[in-house]
Amino acid sequence: MIWNSASDFFAMGGYGLYVWGSYGVTAAWMLLEPVLAARRHRAAMVAVAELQEQGDNT
Amino acid sequence: MKPLPRLFAFAAPKSFYRLATLTIPWLYGLALLLSAWGLYTGFFVAPTDATQGDSYRIIFVHVPAAWMSMVLYMAMAGWAAFGWAANARLASMMARAIAPTGAAFTFLALWTGAFWGKPTWGAWWVWDARLTSELILLFLYLGFMALVEAIDDTRRADHAGALLAIVGAVNVPIIYFSVRWWNTLHQGASISMTAAPKMASTMLMAMLLMALAFWAYAFAVVFSRARAIVLEREAGSEWVQAMALKNAGVSNDLE
Repeated sequence: MIWNSASDFFAMGGYGLYVWGSYGVTAAWMLLEPVLAARRHRAAMVAVAELQEQGDNT
Repeated sequence: MKPLPRLFAFAAPKSFYRLATLTIPWLYGLALLLSAWGLYTGFFVAPTDATQGDSYRIIFVHVPAAWMSMVLYMAMAGWAAFGWAANARLASMMARAIAPTGAAFTFLALWTGAFWGKPTWGAWWVWDARLTSELILLFLYLGFMALVEAIDDTRRADHAGALLAIVGAVNVPIIYFSVRWWNTLHQGASISMTAAPKMASTMLMAMLLMALAFWAYAFAVVFSRARAIVLEREAGSEWVQAMALKNAGVSNDLE
């Protein structure tokens, strides 16, 4: 086993700030981006439905 | 007119849309699975590096992000060029769908690079050929995105974007070979087709798993964005309207 304890793991041999600073920002973006893409799709779907209603009224 | 060969079946926005809808959940699932396996290997199997200590573990996100930044640029430029040359709308939409993800991976490559450079070189940033050319890549992505958004005529915007993307593609081999052509602070290639791996096999394994995870993620998120772009641009078309009508029917049934 590489790590003796959880705190040993989070300390990353003294490089905790650098390792978690890298992984944290990467993970945050990779969780956010799929949400943004899905939201954009939902907004586009709403716009399509609105266009259809306009079409129905005319 | 003869029917189009099957090879081009997914070149139609409608077929692509259906294909994307089906594959996106699987691609996200695959990305999750591969990153869980890669992170486990990277943090619990791969040993501490003799010279860099545990700071080297940044490599498992840094190198895959940097690879994706270059691969996605070539994909974006390729689709943009094809969309222009063959007047293929879907190809131009793909180019636009790739750009934000490519820009994000470029930013992440620079960010994680800074967080690795500080403990190993003593500096967050140096004006080294590798770092500078990667920063130019970020500006190329942002320039492409700004340009296609700035022009109202959609197809003209696609063509202008394609021109920028093609010219900027020169930068990608410069990034890749920068560590050989110039004397850089940045280390040489991590993986070489011609030389034996310089890394322990578990380290290499973790890096490759993370690279595969990033590939699956990139496909998933680009498909997801492309689906939105198809709807935005084909809103008035018959098939989109028919689909919206069907969806409305479904939600009415649920009420």
